[in-house]
Amino acid sequence: MNAQHLQPTGSAYFIAKETERPENHTLSVLVDNEPGVLARVIGLFSGRGYNIESLTVSETEHEKHLSRITIVTRGTPHVLEQIKHQLERIVPVHRVVDLTVRSHELGQERPLERELALVKVAGTGEARVEALRLADAFRASVIDANTEHFIFEITGKGSKLDQFIAIMKPLGLVEICRTGVAAMNRGPQGM
Amino acid sequence: MSSGQNERREMPRSEMTGAEMVVQALKDNGVKHVFGYPGGAVLPIYDEIFQQDEVEHILVRHEQGAGHAAEGYARSTGKAGVMLVTSGPGATNAVTPLQDALMDSIPLVCLTGQVPTSLIGSDAFQECDTVGITRPCTKHNWLVKDVNELAAIIHEAFHVATTGRPGPVVVDIPKDVQFAKGIYVPPQTAPRTSYQPKVQGDLEKIKAAVELMAGAKRPILYTGGGVINSGPEASHLLRELVDLTGFPITSTLMGLGAYPASGKNWMGMLGMHGTYEANMAMHDCDVMVCIGARFDDRITGRLTAFSPNSKKIHIDIDPSSINKNVHTDVPILGDVGRVLEDLVRLWRATAKADKKALHPWWEQIAKWRARDSLAYKMNHDVIMPQYAIQRLYALTKDMDTYITTEVGQHQMWAAQHYHFEKPNRWMTSGGLGTMGYGLPAALGVQIAHPDALVIDIAGDASVQMTMQEMSAAVQHEAPIKIFILNNQYMGMVRQWQQLLHGNRLSHSYTEAMPDFVKLAEAYGGHGIRCEKPDELDDAIKEMISVKKPVIFDCRVATLANCFPMIPSGKAHNEMLLPDEATDEAVANAIDAKGRELV
Repeated sequence: MNAQHLQPTGSAYFIAKETERPENHTLSVLVDNEPGVLARVIGLFSGRGYNIESLTVSETEHEKHLSRITIVTRGTPHVLEQIKHQLERIVPVHRVVDLTVRSHELGQERPLERELALVKVAGTGEARVEALRLADAFRASVIDANTEHFIFEITGKGSKLDQFIAIMKPLGLVEICRTGVAAMNRGPQGM
Repeated sequence: MSSGQNERREMPRSEMTGAEMVVQALKDNGVKHVFGYPGGAVLPIYDEIFQQDEVEHILVRHEQGAGHAAEGYARSTGKAGVMLVTSGPGATNAVTPLQDALMDSIPLVCLTGQVPTSLIGSDAFQECDTVGITRPCTKHNWLVKDVNELAAIIHEAFHVATTGRPGPVVVDIPKDVQFAKGIYVPPQTAPRTSYQPKVQGDLEKIKAAVELMAGAKRPILYTGGGVINSGPEASHLLRELVDLTGFPITSTLMGLGAYPASGKNWMGMLGMHGTYEANMAMHDCDVMVCIGARFDDRITGRLTAFSPNSKKIHIDIDPSSINKNVHTDVPILGDVGRVLEDLVRLWRATAKADKKALHPWWEQIAKWRARDSLAYKMNHDVIMPQYAIQRLYALTKDMDTYITTEVGQHQMWAAQHYHFEKPNRWMTSGGLGTMGYGLPAALGVQIAHPDALVIDIAGDASVQMTMQEMSAAVQHEAPIKIFILNNQYMGMVRQWQQLLHGNRLSHSYTEAMPDFVKLAEAYGGHGIRCEKPDELDDAIKEMISVKKPVIFDCRVATLANCFPMIPSGKAHNEMLLPDEATDEAVANAIDAKGRELV
């Protein structure tokens, strides 16, 4: 009776799943700004083994007590769909939009994503001059300085920030603080 | 589902203490019984409970017992179960039933006391981070810091627990909030905008489902606990759908009773210990209609070989259940009852049931049925556990009976050999698999149905995990019957050790078993022991006739295994059947990859 199981199964359902490749997606999550809401979101990711590449959160509509959480996560399309639905189950979550999927629907390659970093560089002499020159090329602005250091403020895509930080490393990089990604889709429509 | 909130015309707004509000809110939400255990941080609420008699408090012996009792109460009534516990250890002891209720979608409202707000974070006596600890094991939880928010939060808690996919909620109430005075607001029908479960199914999708079903040659209905959670009307509609379509039907552990076991289209439970016919039909079907079930690993077996040639329709209220484990061709998001209503209506209007076209399928099913996969070797000297359940069923089926179970072999035998005709009659811990669930759950069921016959089909190991609730049953004159299939082993653990670990029975034998008859008597209940098959009927009749809690020590064959079985990592068509399960077959049933699975 068990001869059948020796044959390969004809299931199409899981063949597709196994060949799915992980992708980075950016999610916007609109939540009630109440105690514990961020813990609910983060707990969901750690509890179910999802990845968080970047996370930012801030109140966006004070009168309505709404916060917007932007999460960059990595997973196969199947897992990304699960993440979206699991987030939607959280009671204080109003909406979850996969900005990456949305941007594809709008015929765009990816959503607009920006990040801000504060970069402290200490040094004197040639390295100090070089740091300032490069900061200028990256359109980073100096927000604090004395004779032995600069603090640069730089905004842009994550990859631009990565590059800037890499360049500053040999020039006396002391510390970095990054905000994580803020994102929205191009065009007139809201989230 | 309605939230069971009563309209209160008198007292639209009034000032009262937080503790008064708790009791008032319980009344306003239709609560008649609360299961709980007092302690320092809930004393003000207990003082209010003392001064009224609308809400009856059932004192348990351990907070876990309160939770499972409330779960049993909820499952057998369709209403929310309520538990009340103190801070710290009271709350941590509630964690197991909370997670149990989360996995089985049981509406459970847990009120916890908390240290006063001024002491939160100071590592005060009996302080714990209750909302932190219970966040992942509840549907939602609240810490109430302002007495003026307390009433609205409790009402919302009942709403969240009982609507959408039901589940457990926790309201954590600091002691100073219980003493503080504020304004009580009655339940309102203005739920928060972020919580709007979708109950009505998409008609286009339902039409697509009807079309797919009408063209099916080898269809199957696979139903789950969602049908029962949706209410009695959903079970009624399910029966109608089966009659209209002539489709065969199987169910998960949680869904037993939604369709009557005596119905001619019934194939028995499916899954790891389901029947051969149900699992083979799942594997070979061409259209699968999953109604309120979630493609759990106990159901699917090896996913890559799960029902490879079928189109799948999935009706579920929880979007995260759809496409989670198995790809669905026609997903229908909504409450099972509402969707079935539309489905039945559309079927009547458009589809003509060609029951003749299903004949070859039914013939095939008849062949599988003839395999008689639940058979076992009868023994005239020793009680076979299956026989014990069969006799229990035969002697109680015509009574107003409710069955709860613990977790293990006895649970599976109960699911296989006790047959349910109605929903809400079967209370078992499915998702979490909580040993110790059945005894307190039986207490909860008995409180809700004082005149019914409530039986906990138990194992000797499980029942000792919450045995202390015998004392609660005696106190509250709840004549529950604890029917222990006593084989002196953790039977399912032993079975898996035989399957996976060369029959090395590491710590699965209980060397010092209590005398269950004396134990029953010590608690003030009645004890019965039975060791011979020919004495079993009389002993069961004695159990039924005794009007107080009974512990029935049914000594059964010690080394019986639970079959049929889909070994871990195997598919539906690779079942291990009882007549093929030699020691050698059992020892080799699971390969290296399957070993790592649960």
